[in-house]
Amino acid sequence: MATTTLTELKPKDFKGKVDPDWCPGCGDFGLLNAVQKALAELGRRPHEVLCVSGIGCSSNFPGFINTYGMHTLHGRALAVATGAKFANHELTVIATGGDGDGYGIGGNHFAHTARRNVDLTYLVMNNQIYGLTTGQVSPSSSLGMKTKSTPFGNLERPVNPITSSIMNGATYVARGFSGHGKQLVTLIREAILHKGFSLVDVFSPCVTFNHDNTYDFFRGRIKKLEDEGHDPTDWKSACEKAMEWDDTIYTGLFFKNEEVPTLHELEPVLDEGGPIAHRKPGLTKEQGARILKRMM
Amino acid sequence: MSNGYDFAFAIGGAAGQGIATPGNILARIFVRRGLHLHAYNAYQSIIRGGHILLTVRVSDEEVLTHGDGLDLLLCLNQDTMTRHARHLGDGGHVIFNSDDVSPAEVASGVELCGLPVKELTNDNRNKLVQNTVGLGAMLNLMGADFAVLEETLKLQFGRKGQEVVEENVSMARAGFDYAKEHFHPFKKRLPQGKKPLAVWTGNDALAMGAAAAGVKFYAAYPMSPSSGILHWMAKNARELGIMVRQIEDEIGVANVVIGAAHTGARAMCGTSGGGFALMTEALGAAAMMEIPVVFVTVQRAGPSTGVPTKTEQGDLWQVLGASQGDFERIVVAPKNALDAFDTIPELFNLVDLYQCPGIVLSDLLISEGTFSVDPDEVDMQPSIERGALILDGNASDGYERYKDTSTGISPRAVPGLEGYVHVVATDEHDEDGVLISDEFTNPHKRRKMVEKRARKLASFFDKVEAPKIEGPDDADVTLVGWGSTHGVLAEARDLLEGRGVTANQLSIKWIKPFHSDAVTRALSKAKKIIVVENNHSGQFYRYLRSETGITAQGHIRKYDGEPFQPHHVVNGVLDHLGEKKDVERDVFVPYQEILV
Repeated sequence: MATTTLTELKPKDFKGKVDPDWCPGCGDFGLLNAVQKALAELGRRPHEVLCVSGIGCSSNFPGFINTYGMHTLHGRALAVATGAKFANHELTVIATGGDGDGYGIGGNHFAHTARRNVDLTYLVMNNQIYGLTTGQVSPSSSLGMKTKSTPFGNLERPVNPITSSIMNGATYVARGFSGHGKQLVTLIREAILHKGFSLVDVFSPCVTFNHDNTYDFFRGRIKKLEDEGHDPTDWKSACEKAMEWDDTIYTGLFFKNEEVPTLHELEPVLDEGGPIAHRKPGLTKEQGARILKRMM
Repeated sequence: MSNGYDFAFAIGGAAGQGIATPGNILARIFVRRGLHLHAYNAYQSIIRGGHILLTVRVSDEEVLTHGDGLDLLLCLNQDTMTRHARHLGDGGHVIFNSDDVSPAEVASGVELCGLPVKELTNDNRNKLVQNTVGLGAMLNLMGADFAVLEETLKLQFGRKGQEVVEENVSMARAGFDYAKEHFHPFKKRLPQGKKPLAVWTGNDALAMGAAAAGVKFYAAYPMSPSSGILHWMAKNARELGIMVRQIEDEIGVANVVIGAAHTGARAMCGTSGGGFALMTEALGAAAMMEIPVVFVTVQRAGPSTGVPTKTEQGDLWQVLGASQGDFERIVVAPKNALDAFDTIPELFNLVDLYQCPGIVLSDLLISEGTFSVDPDEVDMQPSIERGALILDGNASDGYERYKDTSTGISPRAVPGLEGYVHVVATDEHDEDGVLISDEFTNPHKRRKMVEKRARKLASFFDKVEAPKIEGPDDADVTLVGWGSTHGVLAEARDLLEGRGVTANQLSIKWIKPFHSDAVTRALSKAKKIIVVENNHSGQFYRYLRSETGITAQGHIRKYDGEPFQPHHVVNGVLDHLGEKKDVERDVFVPYQEILV
C-alpha cells in the first residue's frame, strides 16, 4: 500500500466532497462527526478506509466522508463490506446504515456477519423509523408507535439489536447516542480497533418523522454503562442491561469478547500472507499441470 | 460420428445403490485408454431411493451426445430391468444379479446375463458387491483385459487400504470370469485410443476455467445443478490460493462477490435460476457501480424450484431481463464443457475491459454431464487482461472514477490506493461518484452517465467470435441453436444426411450483445430455418426475431426435463419437411423419454 509522510490528521481531513443533505438537526450528523474524529484520532489515512452503506438517509454517509466509499443496495452493506474485507483484509472496513436497512431487509446478513466474526465495524443510525420513505414503521419502532403505515399503532415488538447481535456471536456490541458525541467517538474508535465484528447501534433521532424518540426522549432516560461499573465480558448482564427501555436506556459498551479469532485469521488461503486482491492472478505451470493430472 | 467404435451402456438403480462409483471407474478406464466419452445421469431429487439411469457413450472419436440407444445395461434393481431392458435391440446385453432381479421380456437377440452374486462372492453381505461383480462382467463383455480393471480399482480404492482393494479386485474377478465362461462377448472389442485423455464434468470445467482466469474469490449458496462448481473450488481453493465462501443466501453471495471484485480480486459466483433470481438486484448494482463480476447460472427445469435435477434452457429471458433499469451486460452460453472452460477466462477479460457484469448461462446437461477431454487442449494459463485497472501507484489529483471518456471506459482504481479516494454508487452519480441526488437531480449528468455506460460495449463485436454456419452452405435445412444444443445438432446433421437431408447449423454462444448483423448474414441463404431449443415457449426463437427480424420457419422444442437426443432432432426435422410418413421408427422406445 502506498504511504506518504504521516502528518497528524484532523477530523476535517475526512470531510467528503459534498455537504450532507440530511435534514437540519438530523441525528446522523452526530455519527458522521464522531466517525471523522475517531478516524483522525486513530491516525487512519483516508485511503486506508472503506465505508460501505446500503440505502436510506443514513446510507448517503460514504458520500459525506473522505474515505473510499460504496453506496450499495438496501440492506446489503454488510454483504458487500464482507466481500471487500475478505479480498483485502488490510482495509479498515466500516459499514453504515439505518435500522430498516440493517435490521429489516438486511437482517439475514446482520446475523451471519456477526456469526462469522468478520473484522468490520457496523454503525447503525437507528432512528426507529423509515425516514427517506417519509415516515413508516421500522423494525426498531416502539410498540404502539403511530406512523403512516401504522395509523392505529405499531403491533409488532421492536427488534433488540444489542441482544440479538450478542446472541448471533458479535464480539463487540455497543450503543451510542448521537447527542453524546464524546462517548460515541470512544465507542467507534474502540470498535474500529476491535478485531472482529463490532456493532455500534446509535440513536440518531429523526427530527422530521419520529416525534416519539426525540433528543429529549433519550436525554431524559440515558444512563452510561461506564458509569455503572458494567463488565462487558459478562454477556448475561449485557443482555439484561440491553432489555431496559422505559425509564432507563443504557448506552456504552455492552459486550466484548476478544477470544474469538476473526474469520480472515482463520482462512487458510491467507496463510501465505497478503490480501488475495493483491496477488498475481492465474495459475503457475506447476499448478495447472497438477490439476490436469488429477483428472486423468 | 465415429465410423469405428461407438458403444453405449447404462447403469440403473436407486439412489444410494452405488451408481456413481462404477460409473467413475469405467469412465476412468476409458479415458486412460484414450477413448472419448459423454455421460448423462438421469436422476431424481432424492438422496435414497427413486430411480437413476447413468448413460455412458464411448467412442474412439469425439462423442457429442449420450446418443440414441443402448448396447449394454447393468440393472442394480428390478426397477431398472422393468423400465429399460426392453429398450435394447438385437445384440444388446442385460447384466443383473440373478439372486434378486428377475429377467424381463426383451427383444429378440438381446442376451440376458444373470450373475449369481451370492455364490460368486461367497455370500458377501456388502450391499455394493453386486456393482463390482457387474463391473467385472461388463468389462469382459466389452472385451477389456482384467488387468485394466484391476489397475483402475487400485487407483479408485487405494486410499481405503489394501483390504478394500483386494476385496474389490476379487469380486470384479469373479464377475469377469463368470462372464467369460457363460456369456457371449460383444463382437467389437474395446479399442485402444491414440493417447490418454482426462475426464471432467462441465461444472469442473467452469471451476477450472475460473481458476485459470485468475479468480481469487468464489462464493455460492448450494443449488443443483451448480453445486459442483462450489465443490471443486472448495476442494482446490487452498492449493490454488482462491478464497471460497459459502454465504447465507444468493443475495448475500452476489453482494459479497461485488465487494471482493471492487477491491481488485477477480470474483465469481455460481447458482441456478432460482438463486440467480435472488442475485438480480446485485447484477444491476454491479452494472451501475461498473464493477466486473461473473455470475454463472446453471439452468434447470423451472419455473420456480421446478424440477431440481432436470435440464432446460428456460432462463434465457430471465438473464436478459434480470434487474431493473436499462443497462448493458454480457451473456454467454457455452456449447460444451471444454467451451465452458475456455469461456470463463475470455469473459473475465471482457468484463474487466468493460467493467460490467457477465453472465454464463450453462445448463444441467453441460454442468453435470461427464465428458472426456484432451488435456493438451486445456490451456491452464490463458491470457489475463485486466483492462483499465489501477492496482498500485500514486495518483495525480482529481481522479474521477466515472470519467466520461470517448470509449466510455473509465480507469478503475481499487480501495487502499492513495490519491484515488472515491465513492462508487448504485444511485446515479456524476463522473466523480457523487450521487446526483445529493446535489440536484441533473438531467444532463444523468444522460451523460447513461450514454457513457452504454458506449463501453461498442467494441464488443471486434472482441468475440461471430457465429458461423457449420456444414454445407446450400443445405436443405439450417438448424439454429444456442448453448448446449451444439453437439446434438452436429450429430443430428450426420444422421439426417443418412436420410437424404442436408442440414447445416448455426450455434449461438454470445447471446448479449447479440451479433445481429453476422447472424442475419449467416441466415440470409438459409432455405428453411428451424430453431431447436430445450424449452416450451421458444425463448430463443423469439429473441432471434427481436434481434434480427428473422422469423424461423420451424421449431423443435423439448421441455420434459431431459436433454435432446439426436433422433429427436432428426424426427423433428423430417416432420417439418413433411416427410413424416417416411420416417423409419426406431426399433426401441427412446429410453430417456420414459425415465423416472
